[in-house]
Amino acid sequence: MKILVPVKRVVDTNVKIRVKADGTGVDLANVKMSMNPFDEIAVEEALRLKEAGKATEVVVVSIGTDKSAETLRTGLAMGADRAILVKTDAASVEPLAVAKLLKAVIANEAPGLVILGKQAIDDDSNQTGQMLAALLGWPQATFASKVALGDSSVDVTREVDGGLETLRLKLPAIVTTDLRLNEPRYASLPNIMKAKKKPLDETSPETLGVDASPRLTVLKTVEPTGRTAGVKLGTVDELVAKLKQAGVL
Amino acid sequence: MATLILAEHDDAHLNEATAKTLTAALALGQPVDVLVAGQNAKAVADAAAQLTGVRSVLLADGESLANRRAEPLADLIVSLAGQYDAIVVPGTSTGKNVAPRVAALLDVMQISEITKVVSPDTFERPIYAGNAIETVQSSDKTRVITVRIAAFPAAAAGGNAPVETIAAPGDSGLSSFVGADLSVSDRPELASAKVIVSGGRALGSAEKFQEVIAPLADQLKAAIGASRAAVDSGYAPNDWQVGQTGKVVAPDLYIAIGISGAIQHLAGMKDSKVIVAINKDGDAPIFQVADYGLVDDLFTVVPALTKALAN
Repeated sequence: MKILVPVKRVVDTNVKIRVKADGTGVDLANVKMSMNPFDEIAVEEALRLKEAGKATEVVVVSIGTDKSAETLRTGLAMGADRAILVKTDAASVEPLAVAKLLKAVIANEAPGLVILGKQAIDDDSNQTGQMLAALLGWPQATFASKVALGDSSVDVTREVDGGLETLRLKLPAIVTTDLRLNEPRYASLPNIMKAKKKPLDETSPETLGVDASPRLTVLKTVEPTGRTAGVKLGTVDELVAKLKQAGVL
Repeated sequence: MATLILAEHDDAHLNEATAKTLTAALALGQPVDVLVAGQNAKAVADAAAQLTGVRSVLLADGESLANRRAEPLADLIVSLAGQYDAIVVPGTSTGKNVAPRVAALLDVMQISEITKVVSPDTFERPIYAGNAIETVQSSDKTRVITVRIAAFPAAAAGGNAPVETIAAPGDSGLSSFVGADLSVSDRPELASAKVIVSGGRALGSAEKFQEVIAPLADQLKAAIGASRAAVDSGYAPNDWQVGQTGKVVAPDLYIAIGISGAIQHLAGMKDSKVIVAINKDGDAPIFQVADYGLVDDLFTVVPALTKALAN
């Protein structure tokens, strides 16, 4: 079985982002970029399924500019077999358009399972996996903390409010990852070198016949109203008094 | 036209997230209907009918809706969508699971986790885990919206809306429910707790984490959180992690103990109403967001605080 893993290039999770003063967005110039952390978990899960003999090939896909090829190389260095870049010059592509592009890629690739991160840590949409499932008419299991892949179905344990639940999905199916699913591996230097020789194909929204134009208009982006540092207190009793005063005890 | 909201419930009780979602939906300025989808969920529909501002409650009751799996639930919502120009869903695990499926079936772009209604087609929503706030305008014919629950007050009870029963959808059989393992802890859920006591790497071990954090949490009837550093060090389980890649929380009171305040942690808790920081290092970044700080050894201060609260 082939597993497809879409990955997104995002601002590294350790970077403190800066909102542009003119309200036009977040400053991405000269900022460290990485693979979306939830997508790393998705790649890792696919690789583990392959290593367990339950999958035969892991294909990573990204939608973005030339630079998204770096993110795909990261996936290849982790152990994915090949990569597909859907190249676009758009500054950002909305989840609905991403889902349509992925649907078109899937029509060519015919994977048995697609594993995605539950959300990207830049736009925090948490939509793409569910939308892709809808467009394909496939079942979905979001926020996975355990994936047990069978021949014609997959059992997925999901992190839901208040605990866990397990669903059985008929294949082909969509799974999105939550934090507890696994600890992604680091790519070793030899594997990073090897990844440079693995196939990376390019296509485009035009070739795939998908209209990727946005539906939402971002009117402005601002910093949240900041918190100011409060007071440092001397004793526990002072703290208790302040908390009572604030009405939170 | 009108707005449809999806009720959050467990077939027996209406969750407060519904009343908060209703507040956001009423801000769109149209009549609001509430969809209760479940199995044997009549009591939930009756409770929803009492929320102030509801025009009518639609009760879809059947086996396919028992566990609110995304496939039948999305089919149901899509079948109703023609009568509404907005579909507003709570940002709970059920809501976040189903709403994008609905949006894609309607070929519209969802607006996720809104924190403010600016106008009927324009909303504020946090991005980068709350480090920036985006104002977005939708051009779609139907708006599909999820609501950041912590950002809206609950609508009051006092209404008396009619309950209309509608047909439950069939089941495509694409997915089936195997089982649930819902936590039976006496502690509140991290995501919705009013008070959270969080521990960091300074606790030093899993044993110390329990020994110091748990009694204070017990005393405050609080949920327990942890920094990523504490989770990575094995002091606390992963699902306790508060931060950009963990849970984003906004309780009334957040007590950060031995947490230095890495960016990705601050992103997950800085919308809390009152933040208390206890840390030996007076220069730790956590003090820049804390309302009240104690620069002291947590191993003496926290037990003292627990004791003071017990009195």
